Amino acid sequence: MTARALLLSAALVASALASCQPAADAPVVLQFWAMGREGEVVGPLVREFEQENPGVRVEVQQVPWSAAHEKLLTAYAGRSTPDVSPVGNTWIPEMAALGAVDTLDTFAATSPVVRRADFFPGTWDTNVVGGHLYGIPWYVDTRVLFYRRDLMALAGYEAVPTTWAGWREAMLAVQRTGRARYGVLLPLNEPEPLAILALQQPGGLLRDGDRYGNFDSPGFRRAFAFYLSLYRDGLAPTVDQTQVANVYQEFARGTFAFYITGPWNLGEFRARLPDSLQSAWTTAPMPGPAGPGASTAGGSSLVVFNRSAHKPEALALVEFLSRPAIQARFYALTGDLPARPDAWATPGLADDPHAAAFREQLTRVVPAPAVPEQERIAQRIREVAELAVRGRITPDDAIATLDRDVDAMLDKRRWLLDRQAARAAPVAAAVPARP
Amino acid sequence: MSTPDAEAALVLPAVAPAPRTGAAPAAAPAKRRGTAPADRAVARAGILFVAPALVVIGGFFLLPVLAAFALSFTDFDLYALGDPSSVRAVGVGNYATLLADPEFWAALRNTLYFVFVGGPLTVALSLGAALLLTAKVTRLKGVFRTVLFSPVVTTLVAVALVWRYLLHTRYGLLNAGLGALGIGPIDWLGDPAWAMPSLILLAVWKNFGYTMLVFVAGLAAVPEELYEAARLDGAGTRALFRHVTLPSIAPTFLFVGVITAIGYFQLFAEPYVMTQGGPAGATVSVVYLMFTQGFKWWSLGYASAIAFVLFALMLAGTALQLRLQRRADAQ
Repeated sequence: MTARALLLSAALVASALASCQPAADAPVVLQFWAMGREGEVVGPLVREFEQENPGVRVEVQQVPWSAAHEKLLTAYAGRSTPDVSPVGNTWIPEMAALGAVDTLDTFAATSPVVRRADFFPGTWDTNVVGGHLYGIPWYVDTRVLFYRRDLMALAGYEAVPTTWAGWREAMLAVQRTGRARYGVLLPLNEPEPLAILALQQPGGLLRDGDRYGNFDSPGFRRAFAFYLSLYRDGLAPTVDQTQVANVYQEFARGTFAFYITGPWNLGEFRARLPDSLQSAWTTAPMPGPAGPGASTAGGSSLVVFNRSAHKPEALALVEFLSRPAIQARFYALTGDLPARPDAWATPGLADDPHAAAFREQLTRVVPAPAVPEQERIAQRIREVAELAVRGRITPDDAIATLDRDVDAMLDKRRWLLDRQAARAAPVAAAVPARP
Repeated sequence: MSTPDAEAALVLPAVAPAPRTGAAPAAAPAKRRGTAPADRAVARAGILFVAPALVVIGGFFLLPVLAAFALSFTDFDLYALGDPSSVRAVGVGNYATLLADPEFWAALRNTLYFVFVGGPLTVALSLGAALLLTAKVTRLKGVFRTVLFSPVVTTLVAVALVWRYLLHTRYGLLNAGLGALGIGPIDWLGDPAWAMPSLILLAVWKNFGYTMLVFVAGLAAVPEELYEAARLDGAGTRALFRHVTLPSIAPTFLFVGVITAIGYFQLFAEPYVMTQGGPAGATVSVVYLMFTQGFKWWSLGYASAIAFVLFALMLAGTALQLRLQRRADAQ
C-alpha cells in the first residue's frame, strides 16, 4: 500500500516534470536580467529584437542594482544564471575568475557591429581580463559634478575651478552666500567619491601586480586628507543616502550646491527638478589635484553566461543592443550614455549641454584594479573612510586598517599567483640548466 | 534553526500548565509486558513511521549542518566556487581570525546590545499588554488583541519603509512629536548612538504581539481559585501579581524569554532593510556579518565559522536561562 502510494506519487511528479519540457517547435526563450531603470524601460527594444528574430522570445527579469551582485553570484552557485545580463564592469574580473561568463574574443573578431574601434577604448578595456574579452560595453558610466550654476554665479563664479583647491574655495564662497547649506553631497554609503579622488593620484590603490594594498602611499594619503577635510570643514554633511529622503528636493532647496554622480541623473534632474530650476543646474568634469582630474571608468557590459544553452541567440541579442541606432534609442529611454561614440551624434545627446561634461570626462577615465576582490575592497575603503569621517578612528589608523584588511583579502590571490608561478617555474628553470 | 526545537520542548508547559488543584487523572497501570516478537513489530512500525521525517531531517538539516561545519575549517571562497582545487584546509584558522577580527567583536557587541535591551523590553511590554488584556475591566478585548498583534503579521520590509519615514530626522513624526515637547531633533538612523535604539524600537513594536498572546494564554490558565484564596488572605494587587501570577506563569515566562532571546540573537532583517549595517557599522549584527561574508563576498568558510560561533553562543545563552529558571524553581 505504502509502496504503491510512493510509486504513484513518483509517477505523478515525473509526469509533472515532463510537462515542463518545451515542445520541439517552441521558440527559444532567452533569460535576460536587466538592472534598475534599464529593466523597466528595455521592453520596447527587446520586443523589436523578437520581431527581427521570430524564433526567439526574451524574458526580461528586473533586478535592483543594490542586489544585483549578490544575485548573480548566487545564481552562479545555484546554476541558474540567465543567458545574458548586463554586469557592472568592475565585476568582470570576478565573473571571469569563476568561469561564469564566456569569452567574446571570436564574437568581437567577426561581428560587423561590435568592434573595439567603435567603442570608447578606456571602457572597452575594462572588459579584458588576462588578454581575453568577457563583456561588451552596453553603456558607459563615469562620475562628474552636478552643480547649481545660479548659486555659483551668486558667489562670483562663471565656471567650476579645475583644481581641488579652487573647487574648495568655490564651495566655501557658495556657502558664504547663505543660499546653500553645504558645498557638496558625498553620501557616506557611496564608495565612488573617495575612489575618484584616489585614482586621480599616482600609484594606484594596489601594488606589486595587485598583490598588496597601496594605501600607505603619498598619493592615497593626499586624496584621503582632502576627502576628510570636506566633512571636517562642514562642506559635506555627514549623512548617507538613506537619510537624504529626496536628493532632488534637497538639491532644489539648496541644501547642497554640488553632487558627484553619474549619467542616469541627467534624466532624473530634468524630470524631478522644478521648471524654475531647469536653467540653474549643469554639469562639470571632475577637478583634479592640479588641473582637470580623472574619474571612474565605470559602465555596464553585456555578458553571455557559460551555462547558457542558447549562446548564438544570446550573442545576437548582444549585437542587436550594440547597434548605434539601438544605443541611441536606449539613451533616449534611460539617459544611459552610449558606449559607442558614433551613437553620441543622436539629437538630444549631441546638443545636450549637460552631457558635454561627460563626453569630456570620458577622455579622462581610470579603470579600477582588475581583481575579483575589487568590489569588496571598494566596500572596505568606504566602511573605513566612514569611521574616519565620523571620528571613530584617526586617519592614520584608517590607512593602517585598510592596508591590513586589503592585504588579507588578497591573500588567496597571492597564493593562487604563486601556485601559478610555481607550476610554470620548473619549465623555466629547466631551460637555462641545460648545457 | 534551533527555534522549532526549543518551541517543541517548551511549548507544552507554557500553554497547558497542568491544573494543580483538580483531581489528578488516575495513573495507568504500568505493567504492559507483551511478548518479545510483538515488541519488535511495534518497534519496527515505529521506525517506519518516523523514517520519512528522519530522512528529511537528515538530508535537509543534519547533512548541511555537517557540511557547513567541515566548510568552517577551509578557506572556501569565490575562487573555490569556480575552481574547487583552490580550497585550502586551514584548520581552526577561520576561528582564530574571527576571534582576532575587531569587526566580529563589534558585531557581537551590537547583537548583545540588541538582545539584552530589546529582549527584556519585549518581554516586559508583552506581559504588561497581556495583563491589561486579561484584566476584568478591559472592554473590547478582541479589538485590542487584534490591533496589538497586527504588527506581527505585517511584512517587515513594508513596515520598515514606514518606520524610515517615522524616524526621518527632518520630516519624521517622531521628531515632530519630540519637537512639540521642546526636544531637538534626533538623527535616529544616522547617528551611530541612536541607530540601534531605533532598531530595538522597531523590533519590540513588531514582535511583542506574539509573546503577548503567549502570555495571555498563560494567564488564562492561572486558576481563579488561587486569586480568590490570596485575596481572602488579604493580598493586594501587587502581592497578587508577585506571589500568584508570576509563579503560575513561570513556565510561560521561561518559554517567552528563550524564544525572544533566540530570535533576537538572529538579528538580521531589521538592519538589512533599515540601515544596511550602518551608520559606521553600528547596526552590523553577527548574522548580518555572516550574510555579508557568505553571500556578498562568498567567503563561505569564514561565514560558516561565524555561524558556529553564533550557534555556540545561543546554546550557552539558552542553557544559562534554563539553569537560572531551574534555580528559581528550586527556591
